[in-house]
Amino acid sequence: MDMNEIKEIFFQECEEQLAELESGLMKMNDGDRDPETVNAVFRAVHSIKGGAGAFGLDDLVAFAHVFETTLDCVRSNRLEPTQDVLKVMLKSADVLADLTNAARDGGSVDESRSRGLVKELEALANGELPSPSTAAEAPTPKPVAKAALAPTPVAEATKAADDSGFQPIPFSFDDFGEEEAGSGLPVYEITFKPRSDLYSKGNDATLLLRDLSRLGEMSSYCNIEDLPGLDDLDAEAAYFSWNITLKTDKGEDAIHAVFEFAEWDCDLAVKAVEAATSISSNDELPMIPVPFDLSILDEGAVEAPAEPKSDAAAAVAAAEAASNVTQMAAAAARVEKKESAASAAASAAAAAQNNAAAGQTIRVDLDRVDRLINLVGELVINQAMLSQSVIENDTTGTSSINMGLEELQQLTREIQDSVMAIRAQPVKPVFQRMSRIVREIADMTGKTIRLITEGENTEVDKTVIDKLAEPLTHMIRNAVDHGIETPEKRAAAGKNTEGTVRLTAKHRSGRILIELADDGAGINREKVRQKAIDNDLIPADANLSDEEIDNLIFLPGFSTADKISDISGRGVGMDVVKRSIQALGGRINITSRPGHGSVFTMSLPLTLAVLDGMVVTVAGQTLVVPLTAIVETLQPEAAAIHSFGANHRLISIRNSFCPLVDVGRILNFRATQANPVEGVALLVESEGGGQRALMVDAIQGQRQVVIKSLEANYTHVPGIAAATILGDGRVALILDVDAVVGASRGQALKPEMSLAAAG
Amino acid sequence: MSYTVKNLSQGDRELIAFRIGDQEFCVNIMSVREIRGWTPATAMPHSPAHMKGVINLRGAILPIIDLSARLGMKPAEPSVRHVIIVAQVRRKVVGLLVDAVSDILTVTDDNIQPTPEVSSDIERQFARGILAIEKRMICLVELEALFPDTESEAA
Repeated sequence: MDMNEIKEIFFQECEEQLAELESGLMKMNDGDRDPETVNAVFRAVHSIKGGAGAFGLDDLVAFAHVFETTLDCVRSNRLEPTQDVLKVMLKSADVLADLTNAARDGGSVDESRSRGLVKELEALANGELPSPSTAAEAPTPKPVAKAALAPTPVAEATKAADDSGFQPIPFSFDDFGEEEAGSGLPVYEITFKPRSDLYSKGNDATLLLRDLSRLGEMSSYCNIEDLPGLDDLDAEAAYFSWNITLKTDKGEDAIHAVFEFAEWDCDLAVKAVEAATSISSNDELPMIPVPFDLSILDEGAVEAPAEPKSDAAAAVAAAEAASNVTQMAAAAARVEKKESAASAAASAAAAAQNNAAAGQTIRVDLDRVDRLINLVGELVINQAMLSQSVIENDTTGTSSINMGLEELQQLTREIQDSVMAIRAQPVKPVFQRMSRIVREIADMTGKTIRLITEGENTEVDKTVIDKLAEPLTHMIRNAVDHGIETPEKRAAAGKNTEGTVRLTAKHRSGRILIELADDGAGINREKVRQKAIDNDLIPADANLSDEEIDNLIFLPGFSTADKISDISGRGVGMDVVKRSIQALGGRINITSRPGHGSVFTMSLPLTLAVLDGMVVTVAGQTLVVPLTAIVETLQPEAAAIHSFGANHRLISIRNSFCPLVDVGRILNFRATQANPVEGVALLVESEGGGQRALMVDAIQGQRQVVIKSLEANYTHVPGIAAATILGDGRVALILDVDAVVGASRGQALKPEMSLAAAG
Repeated sequence: MSYTVKNLSQGDRELIAFRIGDQEFCVNIMSVREIRGWTPATAMPHSPAHMKGVINLRGAILPIIDLSARLGMKPAEPSVRHVIIVAQVRRKVVGLLVDAVSDILTVTDDNIQPTPEVSSDIERQFARGILAIEKRMICLVELEALFPDTESEAA
C-alpha cells in the first residue's frame, strides 16, 4: 500500500468524521446536551487533526487545533453551547470540510472566512461571548419538540433536566440501574401463566407480550421449568410462564386491559412494586432469554444474539420461539443449562446495548456491488427463462422439477432483495449537506432560517441518493432565496422572523416521498402568469387553475426572480430540476398557499434496478406496467362504456366515470382505437391525482422485472420509463404511466431530440 | 495455427466494409465491437423510421438503426440474412443494420479521396471520403456525424 492509498483512506475517514461532526453539532443546536454528543464532536475534530498532522497538512491542522480548543471548553463546561456559539461552530465545521476537500483535490479555501472564524473561535475559548449585537437578538436555546432520539434512558434523563437550566453532568454506564430507578415511573411485576385454553381459543402469548411491551419499558423472563421431556410432550398443552417487569405510567388497569380477553384462560398476577426495588435488586429479572438455538445441544456455551435486541423484543422473540412446537425439544434440553445460558445472554445483550445500535460495517468498492447486482439481474432473467421453458415443455409428472424451480425462484428473489439492501442507504448524508446550504444562503441573504429534517434514516438506493443531491440543492436554494421573505417582511406579515424549511423523507407504497416545505410567501400566481405570458409560454387568455399556474415554474426558461442573484440564476431553472427528477423515474409536484409557503413533493423509486410489473400485450407488443401504479384491473362491459364528445370515451366504475386511454393509440402502435370490450382495463392512479383506465389487449401475468436503462445506449422515449428483458431474452418496454396519463390530458408525447432521431 | 500480426504503420487504418443494396460503405474498425445476425427487435413508440427498435445484447438494451434508411435510402426489410454491426459511438453502443459485411481493409490516408461535391446534405454530412479499391467504390462513413451528440444539453 503506497502513501496515496493511505491518504485516500484518511480522506474517506475524514468524510465520516465530518458527517459525525455536523450531525453532533446539529443535535446540540436542537438542545441536546448529552456529554456523549459533545465528546463525539470533539473526537471527530481531534481525529481529523491527528490524521492531517501525519500527512503534514498544516492548514488543516492549524484550523482543527483552534476548533478543538474551543470544543474542549464546551466539553469541560467552561463554555455554554448557546446557539450563537453553535453557529460559529457549524461554520467552522463547514470550513473544516472545505479545508479537507482542498487538501484532497487541491484548490483553495476562502482565507478571510477561515481567518475570521479562527478569531471567533479563539475569542470563544478565551471566554468572550459572541458580539453583543448578535447575542441580543439570539433566542435562548430551547428544546425542540423534534429532538434527536436519545439513545439511552440516561440521556433522556439529562435532557429532561435540561428544561430547568440544568448543567450537563458526566455519567458512566455503571450507574445505569440507579438512574433508571430514579426516573420515578411505577414498576409492576407481572406473572403470566397461560393455560392450554388460551391457545385453543386462538390467543397467542407472543401478541399479548408484544402489546404489554408497548405500555412501557419491559423486561421479561420465560419460565420453562414445567416443560416435560420430549416423550411426555403434549403439543397442545401450555408449559411456559413469564415473569415480567414493566415500568409504565399507564397504570394497572392498562395492564389488565391487555389481557382483557385472555384473563380467564391464564393465571395472571400484577403487583406494583417500589421503583427502588426494581431491576438491579432482582437477580432473575435482567436475564434475557434468547431465541433457542439447536447448537446448544452440543455445546455448553450459548452464542450471543447476533443483533442487539431490546429486552422487550428479546422477550417477544423468546415467546415466539417458545410457541413453536418443533423447537420445544431444543428448549427441553436447555432446561439444565438455563441459568448459565441466561446470564450469558444477559451480559451479551448488555454489551450489545453499550455498543448502541451501530452495527458492524465494511467498506466496499461500489463497482463490486454493482457487478454483483448486474449478475443477480442476469440470474433473475435466467431463472425466468428456465421457468418458462419448463412450463412450455409441460412436465406434469415431475413435480420435483417444479418444486426445485419454485425454491430457486424464492432464492433468487431473496438474493436479489439482499443485494439491493446492500445498496440501500439512509438519505441522511444528503439531508446533512442541505443544512450547510441553508446556513450559507441564509448568511448571504441576511435571513434567519431553521432547517428541520425528518425521516433522515429512510433508506433508498445509493444511486438515487447520489442523484438527489443536485436537484435538492437547487430547490433549497430557491426556497431560501425566493421562497422565504426577509425578516422585516415576515415581521410585517405577522410571522415569526425565523423562516422554516422542512425537509421530510418517508416511504409510501414502494416509493420514497421527499417533501420540501417552506413557510415563505408562496408563489405569486399573478406574477408567474404574467411572466409565462411575457415569455410566450402560455397564451394571454389562457384559463389556468391555481395548480396549473404553480406548475408553470417547471417550464424551461422560467425564473420568477426579478433580478438574477448570486445564489440562483445560474442558468439552471426548475425545468432542469424536474428533468433530473424524471430521469430518476420520479415526479415532482408543487402546491403553494399564498402567504403560507410552498411544498415541493418528489416521489422517487426506491431502487433503479427492479420493479414489480404487470406484463401486458398491446397491439402485438409486450409491455410492462409498474404494479405500484395499478389500482385494479377489470374487463369492461359494453354497457359501461360511454362516448364523450367526438374522441373521448369514459368507463363507468361504481357510478363514477373514468376516462379510457388506449395505450396502443397513445404510443402510436396502432392508428385507430381498439374496441374496449375486447381488451382489459387497468385502473391507474397517477401522481398528479386522478384515475385513468388504461386499455390494453390482454394481461400475461405479474413478474418482477430488472430495469434496464434505455438512455444508456439510446435516449429517453416519451411514454416509456425504461426497458426490461423477458424470459425469452426479448426486450419489453416499461410503461411510464404518468406520462401516458399526462398525454391523455392533452400534453402531447413528443419525440425528443435523440441520438437516432437527430440529423 | 498461426496469426499474422499486421504492423500498422503511421497513417494506416483498418476499416470494415459492408454492403447496403448495391453500394459499399466502410467504418473504422476501432469503433466496431462485434458483428451478429439479425434478431427481431422490440419496436419503440414515437421513433423515427430508421429506428428499428431495441434488442437485448447480453443484458444491455441496444438500439438498432437501419443504416439504409438513416442514409436516406430505401428502408431495409430485415431478414435472417441481414447483419447487425455493433458499434461504439462516443459513449453509446448502437447496432447498425446492414445487408452484409464484405471486407476488412487496410488503407493509408493516401487511399482516401475527398468526398465529391454533391448537392445533397445527407451525403456530405456522413461521408468522410471515398476509397477506390479494385474498381469498387467504398464510402467512408463517420458514425459520429450520423449520431450527433445530444448529451451536451445537460446543465
